[in-house]
Amino acid sequence: MSQIPAELRYSESHEWVQRLAPGHFRVGITDHAQELLGDVVFVETPAVGQTVTAGASCGVIESVKAASDLFTPLNGEVCAVHAELADNPQWLNEDPYGQGWIFELQGSDEDFAVLLDAKAYAQLSGS
Amino acid sequence: MPYIPHDAEETAAMLSALGLGDLEELFSEIPAELQASTLDLPTGLNEAQLRRQWEASARQQPDLLCFAGGGAYAHHIPAIVWEIAARGEFYSAYTPYQAEASQGTLQLLYEFQSFLTRLTAMEVSNASLYDGASSLVEACLMALRLRPGTSEILVSEGLWPHWQKVLTSLLSLQGITLRMLPLDPETGYTRLPSGDFSAAAALIIPQVNRYGLLEDVDQQSRWAEAQGLLQIAVVQPLALTLLRPPGEWGNGGVDIAIGEGQALGVPLSAGGPYLGFLTTRKTHIRQLPGRLVAKTVDSQGQTAYCLTLQAREQHIRRATATSNICTNQGLLVTAACIYMAVLGAKGLREAAARSHQRAVALRRRIQELPGVRVPFAGAIFQEFRVELPVSAVAFRDYALGRGILAGIPEQELDPNADPRSLLVACTELLEETDLAQYLQTLREFLQES
Amino acid sequence: MESIFDCHHQRPEELGALEIPGNLLRRELPLPNPSELEVLRHYTRLSQRNFSIDTHFYPLGSCTMKYNPRIAHQLATLPGFARIHPACPAAAQQGLLHILAELQEDLAELTGMTGVSLSPAAGAQGELAGVAMIRAYHRQRGETQRQRILIPQAAHGTNPASARMAGFVVTELPNGPDGDLDLDALDRALGNDVAGIMLTNPSTLGVFERQIQEIARRVHESGALLYYDGANLNAILGRVKPGLMGFDVMHLNLHKTLATPHGGGGPGAGAVAVGPSLLPFLPVPRVIHDGQQYRWETHRDRPHSIGSLSAYGGNIGVLLRAHVYLRRLGAEGLRQVSAYAALNANYLMAGLQAQGYRVAFPQRRASHEFIVSVADLQQAKGVRALDIAKRLLDFGIHAPTIYFPQLIPECLLIEPTESESKATLDRFLTVMAQLRREALEDPEILRSAPHNLPVGRVDETLAARRLQVAQ
Repeated sequence: MSQIPAELRYSESHEWVQRLAPGHFRVGITDHAQELLGDVVFVETPAVGQTVTAGASCGVIESVKAASDLFTPLNGEVCAVHAELADNPQWLNEDPYGQGWIFELQGSDEDFAVLLDAKAYAQLSGS
Repeated sequence: MPYIPHDAEETAAMLSALGLGDLEELFSEIPAELQASTLDLPTGLNEAQLRRQWEASARQQPDLLCFAGGGAYAHHIPAIVWEIAARGEFYSAYTPYQAEASQGTLQLLYEFQSFLTRLTAMEVSNASLYDGASSLVEACLMALRLRPGTSEILVSEGLWPHWQKVLTSLLSLQGITLRMLPLDPETGYTRLPSGDFSAAAALIIPQVNRYGLLEDVDQQSRWAEAQGLLQIAVVQPLALTLLRPPGEWGNGGVDIAIGEGQALGVPLSAGGPYLGFLTTRKTHIRQLPGRLVAKTVDSQGQTAYCLTLQAREQHIRRATATSNICTNQGLLVTAACIYMAVLGAKGLREAAARSHQRAVALRRRIQELPGVRVPFAGAIFQEFRVELPVSAVAFRDYALGRGILAGIPEQELDPNADPRSLLVACTELLEETDLAQYLQTLREFLQES
Repeated sequence: MESIFDCHHQRPEELGALEIPGNLLRRELPLPNPSELEVLRHYTRLSQRNFSIDTHFYPLGSCTMKYNPRIAHQLATLPGFARIHPACPAAAQQGLLHILAELQEDLAELTGMTGVSLSPAAGAQGELAGVAMIRAYHRQRGETQRQRILIPQAAHGTNPASARMAGFVVTELPNGPDGDLDLDALDRALGNDVAGIMLTNPSTLGVFERQIQEIARRVHESGALLYYDGANLNAILGRVKPGLMGFDVMHLNLHKTLATPHGGGGPGAGAVAVGPSLLPFLPVPRVIHDGQQYRWETHRDRPHSIGSLSAYGGNIGVLLRAHVYLRRLGAEGLRQVSAYAALNANYLMAGLQAQGYRVAFPQRRASHEFIVSVADLQQAKGVRALDIAKRLLDFGIHAPTIYFPQLIPECLLIEPTESESKATLDRFLTVMAQLRREALEDPEILRSAPHNLPVGRVDETLAARRLQVAQ
């Protein structure tokens, strides 16, 4: 059973979003997503200052046998990226909701409100 | 039937296990009208008959003293190279996807990568591509991926004309423009222009150039850097054993270095199969096309090797792969790796030096002949351009009758070239007497024409 | 000796005078100086750490690992061929050019096509040339809006990658439950923006696409062309011609179908064959006869050509081997190839089914290969296709292709080829029966396999994270 923290919001493409402050969000991939990918070996993050569009690819997550696009669940401007992932891609597997966070962005609280809640994501991911 | 082991009894037993009456029933799902055509091919021959025919065909190619280059060179290949490369365990193995069953090929590829990174002073080498020209295409595509939004590549006219054609046919498919930098007609060196190069991703720097000349690559490298361009070096592996490697050009080395590896133990074989190589910096590794081998450990912690970064490749990423390439040139890499090992640093440098010295000597003596001009005075590696008083094709054909392949009439590579221009190359295989015979043949040709 | 770089002797160089400016000379060359015997031993020992067709059964699906006849190697490397410089004038290579011209004709006959170019260096380059010809065809007709290529989901990954390299956008099409293409989905996808469809037949699902004539009709009616991926040609060799199925352009994988060696990953040769509509666009150079002699053609001979794909005429050494194979077998031998390739595949499929393995399309006849899914073993015992593959190695059998096609979970794609005897196939069945028992009774033995090889299971994750790629 994969974990789905109740306090986070989710996208259909298996990203989680945490609201750090009004208009300020942190993004990563879900426990379910990291299980599907297997051992992650590389994360290509978006760049700070980059404008990202919900549902569009803004990076790549590579495991030994697969490469998946990283999608942003929200529109906004990237304000921080988790640079240490470059040397520690395994954090996505080991602690997807903590040390494995990928980037932060400035976006709108209205967009955040319409993302899936934990219950809806649990249904979607069959967990 | 050749190469099919089943006898009648075994065939019958297998068909009966399947509940089938005859072999044709295996194809019952295929519409009959699709199976109706006849196959108009000759009856099979046995080995002895084939050998007789093929040996006769092979004899139709005269054994020539080779003074032709143009990117393919007649170097000596030590006997050991193909003795090992043709061993069934290398010859008949597949791409090493199953690492545990392919440690031999994998370690060999890793050693090849190591030879190439050392030769070029770059950090990463792939496990080879089809040939030099297609490696250059892949290098351009890689540069364009590294510089999103660009659609141009700057190319010195000093690149082999036949490689320019490959770039044109393959890059134009994706709407990429080649912007040519002309050569100085006096010196034969690339002229660096001024202008706006913001749409360009990279500059291609050939060392050696199409006239065999060694250019001031540091200047070109620095110029590219100042324009904000990536740098793609086109190098010859044997020349690199003497020349400063592309990883040290300019201020910090080039971004990508590619080349044709045929000179490393691969027979000329009328143009292929050869092997291309592509080396780069570690920061660009995720845009690298082709196979890559890494050193790792097995479940007991012993050293082991495997393919890595396969997620970039077509069988995983499909339409978003870095390239459509599935193969490397495994068998040729095997030969090239053994070639570099058996010659060693000493043998490689001596073969390069002899090739260079023969070419320098021939160029010096050739320009003493009346009417013959050596248009460019700059330093060369193993190849040079001469201008004859008459058609280069006429001399090439004349020399053929004397058992000499006298070079490449430049017009055969580039229809716009001077018809009197001939490209002449030397390797360590040529002896002093061979050079003398070449000069004598040219002298007689000039007297007769 | 662990590595060739461990083997270094100090040997003074005798370079002589170099007429090269000092600023262009390198300071050091960090390469080893082993002795010849050290080199011989090192690489001979490495070769012994490989599986190969010459030493092991190699049922690798979609790769057609048949025997590579040695006569082909010997004749292709005769000095009279090996020493030819590519710039050698035609007059001095008539023997070679004649053989290549014959090969062009033989391949046209074998495929039911009109014209052949031998120049592509591998299957993937043949594909690229093929879709580039489709692009050139539509452009010449002013139909530049045809930007899309249709490809079944199960297709080889090269198909979409090649289409994209030729500047196309790819639309994937689903297959129906019986493995044939979903015709309704095809109808929905076809339109005046579609340039062509790329198909393999038999498909990558190991079954013959029975609706191919209907597919061809609908595709042609919409103004698009059909591309045949020749990867599975061994299944119908000498029996069904792709040209008669309605295909306009195709490539052949000579290293699969015509038994040239895989060489540890190349060289291949990916000749392209076309029908009349694409003849003007074939890549240069082909071998032509100009009334006096054979010669390589130039762009002037074929002005609408998509151009040249490599500096010279292609992988000549590979082409020569393929031609030896063709002439050794002859017409009747080629038909027998597909017959016995199909017999061996169907025999193995039936044998594995009888042991309880699940095949992907039990209701269908296997082509020259078939798919087994071990999703049941994964659910019951956590044994994956990867584990079966690794455990097979312990028995001296190379693993089948795994996890391809991607849409069948936990799959093994098994292709025995016609070269294997009934005894080899029976042994494979015995081993597979043992593996199934082990999976059910002692799954750990599979999960930790292989146990009997020079190395245990290799840590690919560490390899990708550490990226130590040169010494």
